[in-house]
Amino acid sequence: MSNNLDITAIRNDFPILEEIVNGKQLVYFDNAATTQKPKVVLDAISGYYEHYNANIHRGIHQLAEKATAAFEDSRKRLQQFLNAPSFEEIIFTYGTTDGINLVAQTYGRKFLKEGDEVIISAMEHHSNIVPWQMLCEEKGCILKVIPINDDGELLMDEYEALLTERTKFVSVVHVSNSLGTINPVKEIIRKAHEVGAKVLLDGAQASSHLSIDVQDLDCDFYSLSLHKIYGPTGMGILFGKKELLNAMPPYRGGGEMIKEVTFEKTTYNELPYKFEAGTPNIADVIAAKYALDYVDTLGKPNIAAYENSLLEYATQAVMEIEGLKIIGKAKEKVSVLSFVIDGIHHQDTGVLLDQQGIAVRTGHHCTQPLMRRFNITGTTRASFAVYNTTAEIDRLIQGLHKVKKMLG
Amino acid sequence: MTINETQDELISDFELFDDWESKYEYIIDLGKQFPPLQEQYKTEENIIKGCQSKVWLNAYMDGDLLKFEADSDAIIVRGLVSMLVKVLSGHTPEEIASANLYFMEKIGLHQHLAQTRSNGLLSMLKQMKAYGFAYQGRTVNSES
Repeated sequence: MSNNLDITAIRNDFPILEEIVNGKQLVYFDNAATTQKPKVVLDAISGYYEHYNANIHRGIHQLAEKATAAFEDSRKRLQQFLNAPSFEEIIFTYGTTDGINLVAQTYGRKFLKEGDEVIISAMEHHSNIVPWQMLCEEKGCILKVIPINDDGELLMDEYEALLTERTKFVSVVHVSNSLGTINPVKEIIRKAHEVGAKVLLDGAQASSHLSIDVQDLDCDFYSLSLHKIYGPTGMGILFGKKELLNAMPPYRGGGEMIKEVTFEKTTYNELPYKFEAGTPNIADVIAAKYALDYVDTLGKPNIAAYENSLLEYATQAVMEIEGLKIIGKAKEKVSVLSFVIDGIHHQDTGVLLDQQGIAVRTGHHCTQPLMRRFNITGTTRASFAVYNTTAEIDRLIQGLHKVKKMLG
Repeated sequence: MTINETQDELISDFELFDDWESKYEYIIDLGKQFPPLQEQYKTEENIIKGCQSKVWLNAYMDGDLLKFEADSDAIIVRGLVSMLVKVLSGHTPEEIASANLYFMEKIGLHQHLAQTRSNGLLSMLKQMKAYGFAYQGRTVNSES
């Protein structure tokens, strides 16, 4: 397979790939759930705790200054990663879900009223459904859903038909976690803006595969998690346009987010700190920068090209498994291969693959409405990252043959 | 046979297998042979929801013994369910409530009990014990 990357060298950067699982060398194909972390990220986390652990922004001593500088460096790095106009538009969160909840609970509660409409899509993760349902229930808004076709692509005509002057917010997934579909988000945003609606993109899956430019997209909000981009768990960012973030009330109250507190009245800090109450996840925020640097060293276009070649190889290879049906055949998709096998429960597939040292995800992938759309209870999902190889895909195919043999 | 004698028998059955394939083939066979639960008992009330597979559990008193019937939509879980039923069904509620189940760990299948979200097994086991507590001191002659 031709590519510009030295995959053997890359694999050496990820110590966990040496793990032995059930007596076999680990094959890790659950990258859409979380990617593994390169040594530079692990070293950044332990380096912080070993050498400059301190609380940030307020300390006067040298450790605090060093930690604060590294923390804010990470913010600038993430600003650059999304091509956001200002560092003030980068809010640190616990992850994608947290960012979506922040927008629903602040922008949504302040600006949406009874009878307003919110549009999501049929392929949303529960984290981009439930926060809007909670909001709609509280405010008396109406939740509308863009349907999809059998290949797992959004029906854009239907989307346009849903857009009216009552549409106040559109929140859609950039890349589907269950199907791998890349949605035409630029068009979605443009059309939403034509009726005056604001748009949030759930970037949990997209951010590890695609180059993201929030200015080019013109999205109002973009939420993502770093642990899906070779970074640490427990942190993510929310990008929001400055004028919107300024107009939104704070989300959580506490330290850091205030300017002045008296018992009579509190004035709030400026962006981005207004939304960052309490001591943040300092170590992981600092390590996030190293994950992005790592990705940049390899080059996102190189990563995408290699992952696409793995997807093509796997898509061809699974065809030889009798009774296997791929769920999600969008023309534009990332390296996610979701499938069902006739007469075999996905959980049985997952258990028997695990016995062979192969980690896949089985189940509804937190997209129950989407599973209902395909009239299934779940799928087996193999998702590929830059450190995976065709030899590992061959092991998956052998593993699936064994599953068929044992359960047939 | 007491609960512990059945557990010990299962443990010695599994000692015959020296690789994961024969062990799982045996569990799959147990799952295939386990009689399916009649549709009338596959109710919302009897369902124990796991994240990935469904488990149904029906309990009834037969004389002074508490009996169980169960089912699952996944075959490996079905095999594991059949073992739990084999061990616990047909004993007094007191015996079931106070049973100490060690066979899953001895067989090396305890990970299936730990993954509470991915199958309903641990919830099923808790439910079986809860029936044991609930039915203590009762004697019923018909299926409930």
